[in-house]
This record gives sequence, C-alpha cells and structure tokens, in this order.
Amino acid sequence: MTTTARIRVDHVTRVEGHGNIVVNVTGGVVEKCEWQVPEAPRFFESMVRGRHYSEVARITSRICGICAIGHTLASVKTTENALGIAVSQQSWKFRELIKHAENFDSHVLHINILVAPDLLGAPSVFPLVATHADVVARALRLKRLAHEWGSLIGGRTTHPMAIVPGGMAAVPTTKELKKLKEQLLAAVPDLEAAVATVKALAPNVPAFDRPTEYLALSNDKDYGLYDGLIQSVLPDGTKQRYAVEDYRKVTNEFVVPQSTAKYTKNKLSSYAAGALARFNNNYDKLHPEAKKVAEELGIQPICTNPYMNTVAQVVEIVSDVYESLRLLDELIDAGVRLEPLVPPTKYGGGVGATEVPRGILFHEYSYDEEGMCRSANCVIPTNQNHNNIQHDFNELVPQLIEQDKSEKEMELALEMLVRSYDPCISCSTHYLDVKFVR
Amino acid sequence: MSKPKVAFFDFTCCEGCQIEFTNYGDATFLELLKHVDVVEFREAMSEKTTDPIDIAFVEGSFSREADRARLESIRERAGIVIAYGECATTGGINALKNHQTDYKEFVYGDAAQQPQLASQKALPISAAIKVDYNAYGCPVNKYEVLQIVFHLLHGKEPVIPNYPVCVECKRRETVCRFDEGDYCMGMVARAGCTAPCPAFGIPCEACRGFVDQPNVRALEKVLVERAGFSQKRAAEKALMFTANELEALS
Repeated sequence: MTTTARIRVDHVTRVEGHGNIVVNVTGGVVEKCEWQVPEAPRFFESMVRGRHYSEVARITSRICGICAIGHTLASVKTTENALGIAVSQQSWKFRELIKHAENFDSHVLHINILVAPDLLGAPSVFPLVATHADVVARALRLKRLAHEWGSLIGGRTTHPMAIVPGGMAAVPTTKELKKLKEQLLAAVPDLEAAVATVKALAPNVPAFDRPTEYLALSNDKDYGLYDGLIQSVLPDGTKQRYAVEDYRKVTNEFVVPQSTAKYTKNKLSSYAAGALARFNNNYDKLHPEAKKVAEELGIQPICTNPYMNTVAQVVEIVSDVYESLRLLDELIDAGVRLEPLVPPTKYGGGVGATEVPRGILFHEYSYDEEGMCRSANCVIPTNQNHNNIQHDFNELVPQLIEQDKSEKEMELALEMLVRSYDPCISCSTHYLDVKFVR
Repeated sequence: MSKPKVAFFDFTCCEGCQIEFTNYGDATFLELLKHVDVVEFREAMSEKTTDPIDIAFVEGSFSREADRARLESIRERAGIVIAYGECATTGGINALKNHQTDYKEFVYGDAAQQPQLASQKALPISAAIKVDYNAYGCPVNKYEVLQIVFHLLHGKEPVIPNYPVCVECKRRETVCRFDEGDYCMGMVARAGCTAPCPAFGIPCEACRGFVDQPNVRALEKVLVERAGFSQKRAAEKALMFTANELEALS
C-alpha cells in the first residue's frame, strides 16, 4: 500500500487549456484529491451582447481553437432556431460533412499526438520522430487530410468561414468534392494502420471501471453527431431522451466548495460526455465499418472504463470517413449549387446543440427586433466532464494506493485519466453562476 | 551549429494558433524540425525547460495581472519574442469585453468577485513585455508564420504587410462584399492573410488588426451609407477585433 504521496501537477501537459492535479496521501489516507481548473476566464457570453446575429458565430468560434467548427455550428443552429430559419438539405449535408471533418481532425490529434506518447512511453511526439517515424508521419498526414477536408467546406478549420446563419456562404464545386472523395479513399490504408497501432497498444490502456451516466445527442436516423435529442444512458442500459430546449434540466449546473469549475449532473452523481458517451448511446447507429473496428479493438457498449474514450475516438474516426463518403456521394449525385441564405422570419430566443469532439455542446441566445444579441449562455462539454473526472479521481486514487503505486506512477495514471477525456479547458470558460436575461 | 531552441507559451486564448502548427502535413512539419529544436510546448509535450530559448512564440492576451511575472520570465529567457496570433498582438477577440463594465457579473453572477475570476482589460502582451515580432491573425496565417521563421533562421527581418486587405481581394479577383450587399472592414484591415474571408462569402472582420493610420471615420461612413448600418452599429463595429487599437486612436 502506498502510504505517502504528494502530487501537484500545475498545468497538465498535452491537453488544451490549463488544469491542475492535487493529491495528498498521508498514512495511506487520502487527505486531498482534486482536479482544479485555473484557466483565465474569457467572458464570451458577455461579449456577444449587442452584436449582430451574423457576427455571433464568428465570435463564439473563438471560444475554442480545436472545436471551432463545433462552436460555429452550435452557434448558427441556435441563431437559426431563435430567428425561425430552416436551412436547405444541401446546407445540412455540408454541415454534417464538416462536423465529421472536425471530429476526425480533433480525434487524430488526440490519439496520435497527445495520447500515443503515454502508450509508447515517451514524454511527447517529438522524440517519436526518431523512434517511431512512420507513426508520426502517418499522424501528420491524417491531420493534414482533416485540415483539407474541413477547409474545403468551411474555408479553414480553425475558425471556419462559410458556415453562417441561413445556410452556407460558399460551397465547393462538384469537382472538388470528387477530389475529396478520392483523398478519403486514399487515406483508408493510413486509417487501417492507425487502428492496428492502437490495437497493439491497447494492452497499455489502464484497467479501471467506474459506471456512470453517459449523455449524448441521439436520433433515429444516424450517429447523432450534428443533430438530435439529448439522450442519457445508464450503466444498466436504461435510456431516456429529452428535448434540447430542456438542457438546463439535464445539465443542472451547480457549484461545489472545492472547485471553481461549475459541475453538472443528471440522474447519478456525475455524467460523462464525449466519444465514449456517444458510443454508449448510439452504438446501434454506427457505420458497419466502424462496428467492425470496435469489435477488433475489443470495445462494446456499455463500456465504463474512462481510459477507453480514446479507443472510442478511434472507432469514431472510422465512422467519420465512411459516413463522409456516403454524404459526398449524395452531394455529388444531387449536384451542388450556391444557394441564397435563408432570411430570419422572427426575432426571439432559441437553444441549439451539436456534438463536438469532447461531447454535447449547448448554446442559447436571445435577439432583439434589430437582430442584435441580448443574452447568451454556453454549456461546454469539458465543463460537463469536470464533475465526472473528479468522481473518477475519488475512486481511482484509493485503488492506486491499494496497488502500492509510487508517486510517479500515480501521477502518470491521473494525468492519463485527465488526458483520456481530451479536455478542452480554454473552452470551458464559465464556471459559476450564469445569469440569463430574456 | 546547434539548432535554435523554440518554445511555445499560452495565455488568455483558444490555443487555435498553436493547432495551426499541426496542419502543415508531414513533409513541411518534419522538414521544419530539421531546422529548429522544439523544447517546450505544453499543449503538445510534457518536456519543460528553464534554459535560455532562442525563439519564444507567445499566444494569448495579457488579461490578468497574475500573468505578468510569467511573461517577464519568458522575456528574460528568450532571445526573440514573437507575439503569436491576434490575442497576443492586439488583444484580439478578448478585447471585445473591454468596453463593458458588467461582464463579470453577467457571466458569473453573485460569484463575480471571487479572486480566481480576476480579470482586467484584455491587452496585447506588449503591454507587459517587449515584443520583437508580431504574427497577426485570428488564426495566424500558418504560411506567413513559416516565412517569419525562415527569415529569422537566415538572420533577415521578416516582412509583415502594412497595406489593407482590399489589395489582396483585388489580387485574387474576389467581388467586393459591398457589391454583394454585405459590409466589410477590409479597407482598414491589415493584409497578410491573403483575404480568405471575402473569398468564402463573408466580410473581413479585421482579425489582423488595423493597418497603420486607419481612417475609422470613413469606415463608419461607408458602413452607414453602403451597408445600411445604424450609426451606433457602425461606431461599434470595430470593437470586435480592434477594440484596443480603436481606443488608442481616440
């Protein structure tokens, strides 16, 4: 049994944004065990007040450099709900396509650049350039593919341009879509090699199970990445759906004394969002090729090991490629044209949600008669995961003590746990009470 | 000769400009690593250093007094400091709250006065330390960043454009946003991005800041007369990415 440990990790590395781990163990007793978030607050909900509806998504996109596409999509969907705008089928498909690009992009980065060094016993990807040149080159190729895929639809991936309220401000040509299809098909060997690498490293994924509630968007048609109702699944498989407008009743944000970060919970003491939550909720809707990979990697619903989130991400990148090939065929067959933007039919309030790489994202706005934003609220996936990470810590630390782990081993296990959630802390910009003015 | 040591640091920002570094593809990125040694980059690596650094890329705004000491220590260790991305060069989008007085209460309600939520005006990092070069943009133009690095590796001064975005739209033959019934900030915005936004059907929002001596009065006039903005909206337009520069002009 470990008797004494003093762990203090200021600014966990290989995550987006700033988070700290603090654990004190004395005489085998856990005195302190905290996941802390010292990120500089940024006040986006205040910033968008007084801005025109056409600008709001361009501002909220800047909440996050990794999920900029997701924040843009959640924002335009919310604005469209508030202004009574229904976009065309073509716009919907382009948005689904860029959603897959973002999911693929972010997961490729997380699996290969942020997590792989842990599984290969390296401090970062840079030493791997010498020792695992093929793995690094493949990761960079896949990352570049994702960048070109998203940029073709959105203009760029960090703060995309073409996604605007009312539709798409620009669309690629059929010829460009055909070229993207070829690129995706050409990437299949790289994708298969990436799956094989993760499969080989799977025994290095720590064994730790903590059943919790899993929350994700869900619909009857597809995997629910772009749109759906809120769905919860419990460890026993019980599912329940909620309207997106009821997000406050599901997220139940609350403040706890040991953390400045706002916590969320629904049916249990905490819930998880992200790839594993989507996998557990929507496994039935996964593309057959992705299901095959899930089987190969030994993951099945309901998976309760949070470290397996990274494996669920691997399953999702396979799904992203095959679902996008389907969308590309549909768009190419229908023929693409630049459509005029759908104008507002009313001015009022609305809620919107989409799945971003780290989980379910909610935006809510209200607009005045001039189309200027009056108020805003954003509930971000990483914020929804903070409480679940803390609960994982509470259960994992005593287990590590029991297993007689050294301080260094404990520290690595906790860092790896945090990293497995792929937290995006600069996103989770509001931690305490949010005032909402209608 | 040993390779120059390069490090990345982040303050108040979305870290999207650091992400741009992962978008070059394998050929460019691996070639770049032949010429520089990345010694610290928290978002991507666990290694840290206290040794001197040749080039420090600093992303994010200076928005908390508590961050001043860390900025100063980076300055002391670094031969060259590059303000990396718009948050660092001008304050960027973070400065959109600078004109508001109630932003903390609006977002955090009763808890607004808690110390961890301390925040001041979002400022460029040059408000705290000396900056040698600016990589403008939200996000940065990753190819311009390569140019800056190449110039520095060859001992040359990087060339940063100081003409408006309109020049770049003309160069790529993009139809003016005003002619499409939209608005635009391109005539006062610093070029160097190659004007991708108007080419993708949206206005330039001046995310690289103003050119030197921008005619802001003329901008407001054009926004009212050609884009149909109210006087108030026209006057507040430039708060989005250029709030600090606008304040410096008045």
